[in-house]
Amino acid sequence: MAVDVDDRVMVGALQSKPNRAAKVWPAVWPKLLACGIFIGVWQIIVWIGWKPEYVIPSPFTVFDALFHDLGTMSGAVGVTLRRAAVGFGLAIVIGGVIGLAVARVHVLRVAVGSMITGLQTMPSVAWVPLAIVLFQLSEKAILFVVVLGAAPSIANGIIDGVDNVPPILLRAGRVLGARGFSALRYVVVPAALPAVIGGLKQGWAFAWRSLMAAELIAALPGHIGIAQKLNVAYQNADYVGVYEAMIVIFVIGVVIDAALFGNVERAIRRRYGLVDAADA
Amino acid sequence: MTASTELEPRVQPMAAVSIADVSKVFGNSRASVAALDHISLDVAPGEFVCLLGASGCGKSTLLNIIAGLDQPTSGRISVRANHTGLMFQEAALFPWLTARGNVELALKLAGVSRDARRARTDQLLEMVHLGEFAKNRPHELSGGMRQRVALARALAQDAEVLLMDEPFGALDAMTRDRLHDELETVWRNTHKTVVFVTHNVREAVRLGDRVVLLASRPGRVAEIFPVDIPRPRRIDSAEVATLAATITDRLRLEASGGR
Repeated sequence: MAVDVDDRVMVGALQSKPNRAAKVWPAVWPKLLACGIFIGVWQIIVWIGWKPEYVIPSPFTVFDALFHDLGTMSGAVGVTLRRAAVGFGLAIVIGGVIGLAVARVHVLRVAVGSMITGLQTMPSVAWVPLAIVLFQLSEKAILFVVVLGAAPSIANGIIDGVDNVPPILLRAGRVLGARGFSALRYVVVPAALPAVIGGLKQGWAFAWRSLMAAELIAALPGHIGIAQKLNVAYQNADYVGVYEAMIVIFVIGVVIDAALFGNVERAIRRRYGLVDAADA
Repeated sequence: MTASTELEPRVQPMAAVSIADVSKVFGNSRASVAALDHISLDVAPGEFVCLLGASGCGKSTLLNIIAGLDQPTSGRISVRANHTGLMFQEAALFPWLTARGNVELALKLAGVSRDARRARTDQLLEMVHLGEFAKNRPHELSGGMRQRVALARALAQDAEVLLMDEPFGALDAMTRDRLHDELETVWRNTHKTVVFVTHNVREAVRLGDRVVLLASRPGRVAEIFPVDIPRPRRIDSAEVATLAATITDRLRLEASGGR
């Protein structure tokens, strides 16, 4: 009785959803097309003969070799992914604690707030020599580089999120009786969540880059990761192997970003009303 | 509705909100602005009082002081309630929660048990005619619906005193008109004391038992108009228009009289 007719129409339109296949296809075909064009251009370069075939082999040679090497590749991928998981996990814990502390304690912010952003711009390769000096050629050295690469982004995401909680929501919370810890739990944390997820996503990208840099330089005998495989292929002038490893590195980075953060980020943005209803 | 039965009938003559000689000065000793100048006002339990004034008259400042979000520079405020409910011009709903979630969180923070929360939330959403939109998030609701959720959330605090800071200022005239009716109904059923800030003269006359006209710079009480028009009122009725015209004249006099 008291509700606008146009309100009903609007909400009704939001609730109707197309079926799953119809929803997935528009997201899939542009990607397939892009891959197709990339491989096509690659093949054309090979046909032109700009470089000899042992330097730029045909994509079909590379994919064929990759298919045959899947067994040995998957071993290296396992080693690398375990390092990535441990390093990224550590970075979340350390970056999380530092981010929360800096966001809440004024003195800490003045002291190290800008340094965190500074650390973020530091290329992770620059940490590798120090890591080796501190931890020799060990898993610890690799993790050190990964954590230093990823933690600043994660901390910055938290600081940004806490800083940008709309003041009106803090006020509304206070009026409702949310003070101290309950204000943190019911207002600050949920309001900061989109920025925190953004920080984690960026942190993952940095963790993956740092891990590749560390593996390339700090090769551990017996624990061959995917970047070390890339290096070994290069040293042995096995250029097909170089392409194989690079494709695997790229695919893992993309897949994890999409699987871990893509959906979560999109779901949260939609839930918070941060996307236009027409795009959602 | 059981909302009214939960509140004891009020027979005490004591004011629900008592503002005694309140002044507020912003700034420091070098550059200071007097926002409120010796304001005194008593609001009776169950009364609907509208604070009316042009922008810059300090009406929002006064409301924040009553709500305890700000402190007066001098003078005394007493509110006969443990806390007050407050509604802003923006709905200020938590965007990550549904309409239901927003109301439930208010109940939770007010210490209502989990079992009681669900039924009470349904009841409050029904009261503002949003029962079927309980699962929608704020960004899926229209401006008027958001303010209804905000009203339900403010009522969830079960505060005796409800403070409203231009809550319908951003709405179109038709939606505002309907929300006036709903607010009046809710007010009558719940026997709340309402202090309603607005710069809209007709809105003040439409809703208030009394209209308190505030003068600007510094804010002080210029005149208090009792509104004896029987309820339910219509914003476009002749009586409302007549009184609104009288108040508008007084407001103009106030604006030009100072200089």
